[in-house]
Amino acid sequence: MPLVLLKHALGFARPQRQIPASRELKPSYDVVIVGGGGHGLAAAYYLAKDWGITNVAVLEKGWLGGGNTARNTAIVRSNYITPEGVRFYKESMELFETLSQELDFNVMYTKRGHLTLAHTDAAMRTMRWRAEVNKHLGVASEIVGADEVARIEPKLNMSRQVRWPILGALHHPVGATARHDAVAWGYARRAAERGVEIHQETEVTGFDVEGDRITAVQTTRGRVACGQVLQAVAGMSSKVAGMAGVKLPIRTIPLQACVSQPLKPFLDSIIVSGSLHCYIWQSQRGECVMGGAVDPYPLQAPRSTLDFKEGLMAHMLELFPYLADVPLMRQWAGMADMTPDFSPVMGKTSLENHYIDAGWGTWGFKATPVCGKRMAECVATQKVPDILQAFRFDRFKSFDQVGEAGAASVGT
Amino acid sequence: MTRLPAPWGQWIDRGQDISFTFEGRKITAHPGDSVASALLANGQRLIGRSFKYHRPRGIFSAAGWDANTLVQTGSKPNVNAERLLAVDGLSVSAVNYAGSLDRDWGRLVEKFSKLLAAGFYYKTFFTPRIAWKFWEPVIRHMAGLGRVDEKAPHAYYDKEYLFADVAVVGAGPAGLSAALEAARTGASVLLIDEEPEIGGSLNWARDGSDDLKNRVRAEKGIEILTGACVQALFDDNWLEIVKGNRLYKLRAKAVVAATGCYWLPMVFRHNDLPGVMLGSALQRLLRLWGVAPGKRAVVATANDEGYAVALDLADAGIEVAAISDLRPHRDEGRFAQEAGKRGMRILQGAAPFEAHEKNNRLASVDLVQAASGQFQERIDCDLLALSAGRIPASGLLSHAGAKFAHEAHMDLPSALPAHLFAAGSVNGRFSLASALADGALAGALAAKDAGFAAEIPPSVGRDALGVTHPWPIITHPKGMEFVDLDEDVQVKDIQASMADGYEHIQLLKRYSTSGMGPSQGKLFWPHVQRLMAKAKGVTPAEIGASTIRPPMGGETLGHLAGRAFEPVRLSAMHKRHLELGAVMMPAGAWMRPAYYGSDERAIDQEAKAVRDGVGLIDVSTLGGLDVRGPDAAVFLERLYTWTYAKLAVGRARYVLMCDQTGVVIDDGVAARLHEQHFYVTATTSGVDRVFRLMQWYNAQWRLRVDIAQVTSAYAAVNLAGPKARDVLARAGTDIDIKKEAFPYLGVRQGLVAGIPVRILRIGFVGELGYEIHCPAQYGEALWDGLMAAGQDFGIAPFGVEAQRILRLEKGHIIIGQDTDALTHPFEIGMDWAVKMDKPFFAGQAALRAHLEKAPVRKLVGFALENDKGPLPKECHLVIEKGDIAGRLTSVVRSPSLGRVIGMAFVKPEQAGLGNLFDIRVDGGAMVQARVVALPFYDPKSQRQEM
Repeated sequence: MPLVLLKHALGFARPQRQIPASRELKPSYDVVIVGGGGHGLAAAYYLAKDWGITNVAVLEKGWLGGGNTARNTAIVRSNYITPEGVRFYKESMELFETLSQELDFNVMYTKRGHLTLAHTDAAMRTMRWRAEVNKHLGVASEIVGADEVARIEPKLNMSRQVRWPILGALHHPVGATARHDAVAWGYARRAAERGVEIHQETEVTGFDVEGDRITAVQTTRGRVACGQVLQAVAGMSSKVAGMAGVKLPIRTIPLQACVSQPLKPFLDSIIVSGSLHCYIWQSQRGECVMGGAVDPYPLQAPRSTLDFKEGLMAHMLELFPYLADVPLMRQWAGMADMTPDFSPVMGKTSLENHYIDAGWGTWGFKATPVCGKRMAECVATQKVPDILQAFRFDRFKSFDQVGEAGAASVGT
Repeated sequence: MTRLPAPWGQWIDRGQDISFTFEGRKITAHPGDSVASALLANGQRLIGRSFKYHRPRGIFSAAGWDANTLVQTGSKPNVNAERLLAVDGLSVSAVNYAGSLDRDWGRLVEKFSKLLAAGFYYKTFFTPRIAWKFWEPVIRHMAGLGRVDEKAPHAYYDKEYLFADVAVVGAGPAGLSAALEAARTGASVLLIDEEPEIGGSLNWARDGSDDLKNRVRAEKGIEILTGACVQALFDDNWLEIVKGNRLYKLRAKAVVAATGCYWLPMVFRHNDLPGVMLGSALQRLLRLWGVAPGKRAVVATANDEGYAVALDLADAGIEVAAISDLRPHRDEGRFAQEAGKRGMRILQGAAPFEAHEKNNRLASVDLVQAASGQFQERIDCDLLALSAGRIPASGLLSHAGAKFAHEAHMDLPSALPAHLFAAGSVNGRFSLASALADGALAGALAAKDAGFAAEIPPSVGRDALGVTHPWPIITHPKGMEFVDLDEDVQVKDIQASMADGYEHIQLLKRYSTSGMGPSQGKLFWPHVQRLMAKAKGVTPAEIGASTIRPPMGGETLGHLAGRAFEPVRLSAMHKRHLELGAVMMPAGAWMRPAYYGSDERAIDQEAKAVRDGVGLIDVSTLGGLDVRGPDAAVFLERLYTWTYAKLAVGRARYVLMCDQTGVVIDDGVAARLHEQHFYVTATTSGVDRVFRLMQWYNAQWRLRVDIAQVTSAYAAVNLAGPKARDVLARAGTDIDIKKEAFPYLGVRQGLVAGIPVRILRIGFVGELGYEIHCPAQYGEALWDGLMAAGQDFGIAPFGVEAQRILRLEKGHIIIGQDTDALTHPFEIGMDWAVKMDKPFFAGQAALRAHLEKAPVRKLVGFALENDKGPLPKECHLVIEKGDIAGRLTSVVRSPSLGRVIGMAFVKPEQAGLGNLFDIRVDGGAMVQARVVALPFYDPKSQRQEM
């Protein structure tokens, strides 16, 4: 049994408070981060650690990591389709590798292997495209045939007597999961240790804009003056940017997920089927974590539906017929900010000191470390780092898009 | 098997014996028993092991409110034995133990419980980095309850739709009363309850009666659905109900939630031992199943209900050693008075402090003075009944977005959404009289809301005071006071989580895992709330309630999936393809012949037959859309990139559709059959989207057009090849098919082989060709007629694979293969099909922007320099100076040209004719390709105009 537990149990080392207690807002901060989810907290941490900027407030309208950080399904991968996307998520995975040690907090980063199944020729072609781009950029990714799929994950139904037999898959052996809440908590704790203030239940209600600068942030707890503002509010990006007069090319659409009751371990890999609009993996607690495509219509509310579960399970049982008798435990929804090209929006907006971290659709959690680190760099140097250039806010105006639709988890 | 005499056990049929096995042991039961009640009747108190510490667990609620009695039956994991009806021959086993259920060495973990405080796994297992690799599988194998059986077949489940004016959820006193009142107005009422019979607490509480149940059963306007659990209440009163292996989907105009309450547990050391139960569990066991679960009981209470439990126990012949009442002052309730009169031993101000275990079950309990904590006495007992108060079962209200206020130490609804009404104890009406009155009020309001004339009875106030104790928590220096039985969360875990800073209820839930177990914290939230409030020095109201999410419990993946109805679409000629030995492949929802014959060599022969003679392909799967009306041409002008206003009747033209960002999304042909009628084709997999977009656009444009999706109304073939005209003539037609009379891109209607058809003379595969559409019911006859007519000309059926080759030889793109989610027409050489000087078309503004910037890529035709080396595949990358420059979109070995050709996206500067570029193939080798002009075959496109 690890020593640290013994020390805590015997009282030799009192565990320190991890999430700071609430306190008064100061009248002004060098940087105000709107949104206390994984992204905002990560940015706060890297601002403090990499750039020594600690006069920072993270403002969270609810509880830490209570938005999409709490609602995502915790999958981490880098097998995207555009070179820009692959490079970005590859750096994220490199940061995840050592994140537990960096944060001194176990984020349970676990490599499981990730299979994106193909049921049609067309899907096999897309998988090859992704595999080729991935390999070119040094990401472990390979197209495999049906036999190899059966070897990698013997628990899949490989029968040809189904509507959509599995023809092959994109295999991403480094595909992983992490404990989503722990990522937010770990960053919060480390950021707070370095002097960053974290204010929960502090909602931003508006911005004071003078010319092309935001001078202050209005909150439910009063006004704070700010040097620079970074917004990281997935699901609410358009609303918050709108308060600063910035219009975003984002539609917000609910994305739902659910978990089964806990079962003894039977499934090792992360299984995704774009054609069948479903994915599944089994958590350390034994729950099957399952989800599908975004809802068919935009809505700015985390609303659960029956349709979602019905459609999802009809397909899930094609892949795993023996799960029919497994009880579902909980379903929920988050809000996905969808961009036209299925890539995020990062960097500066039309305002001089307003930085944006948005458009995270269904791919936000896996970007938490890299986005935090690079957005911190962006805010600190007031220059957009190369790795973020392609994701700039105004790319849609000039149609310089980063087309990731082909690598979205389960299509559109 | 021992049972109490009637009237105890009203649900069991004593006349019959059935049997099932538990852990291999034979258990005798009566019809009507739950598995849990039968186990207890057979002396089997130990039913499962807890999630974390593998502690012995038995019946706690006897109503499926917790995870103590989750069992495995065959391939079904995590079935609640308290909700599982005992049937003959069932095989039941316990879950989550190592060794045997009685001697579970997994319980060793309990010895280390001090080390395993809330969130322990966040603080360790990651140094050195490799450590997690070792610990993760250990943790995984410790977790989980039931097992899946990977050999089990897809179990049968189905679905049914239901409708009601008023749905009443919960058939306890308030629900019965609501149903009666609503039915009185003439509303159709559906009364739903998860128990096998209506009545709710009337069936098992001390003052139950049958009168109301009988009145409801006699009422014609009330339909009763029992054994049915409402899993969720979604928007617009859309209720998800599970009964047996069926999922009911109910749309109700108004809903009355009369879902009652759970009983609140007490928290003290070892409050989880088999033998410690909620008072309601004891009453249920006695009255419903006639099971006396022990011989000597202590009742720990904080309200009058506890005295009713004590009286029931005594009436059933169970010795009540003492009633330990947490409150300092004597209860004046009628049950307390009766207990006093009977001379029962009442210990006022005493609370359970620690339960002691022997042989995996309760053996005795230590009582202390609740106020001082001073030890009072130890009492030997095998039963400890708990009656600390109630927890409103507000799950459905929560799903619907109700607001709650903390009142009388409970979270009671304070604001409900429209068309939803709460009644009875879930709404703070606890006495029978007030529950009935509240039910009647809710029933009348719901019926009125559903549009019926209802007299609204007076409302009665809440009588919630004194029901629920504010603090039925007795901490122990040695811990093991369980707050959450599902997750083995102790008081110290909540305290530790708060100390770690997880002070928001949602954070605490995630960090401590309290409420994350199979029962989702139904019985445990109120105590979490109390402990958090105390640690933070605030009121429970300030802590707030946690959101309760669907489902309520017992819904399986199979319920949701139902019978899988994944449609497969087959063309009218499907049978003929099979007779001809076609290998079928999916194309969208359709099946199409890939090729005819036993191996892929047939593909080249089919292609050759088309080029040299004549071939026939089934193209019924192509989308068909009828656009009719005075504005039909205007509509197409706006929708597609080219121009159709001046297209003559009897002519066809290519159509290309972009989305609003200028991305190519579909193509096809528009045939003008009349000034006001176009027949438009779309791709097989794209037609649904095109149809949707047409409607979506016209909902805004309001043009005078009628749009119909007619894909399945028509069958179609393409007759192609130099001898196509001869075959058509031989088949017999009243259309003048001479070249001058029916030129290329002409459209004609008439008869072919006696069948009414529309013929489009289009290129398709680059040969003389006729695309012949006929009503679907004649599809097979048309196919037969043409095949017969073509016999002398060597007609060959050809499939999708040959079609791909033939079309690629002509440089035709496939949308979705040669294009991707960002492709605009100018980078795929489709400039000719885009009329930028039109006033408007979908995507035009975006395309203007594209024209203003330098192109980033170009789709080119290529031929491989060396056909003998490794062959590239579609989506292999074009590499220039070590970087990605593009990718192959299509590649085939062309039988007509005898070389490998294809299309690829390359950089604009690489796109010049004759340029060489590199392709990286499997294994990393590079092959060279040369840019060549399109089309590869018949460059002047003369053959299709023959």
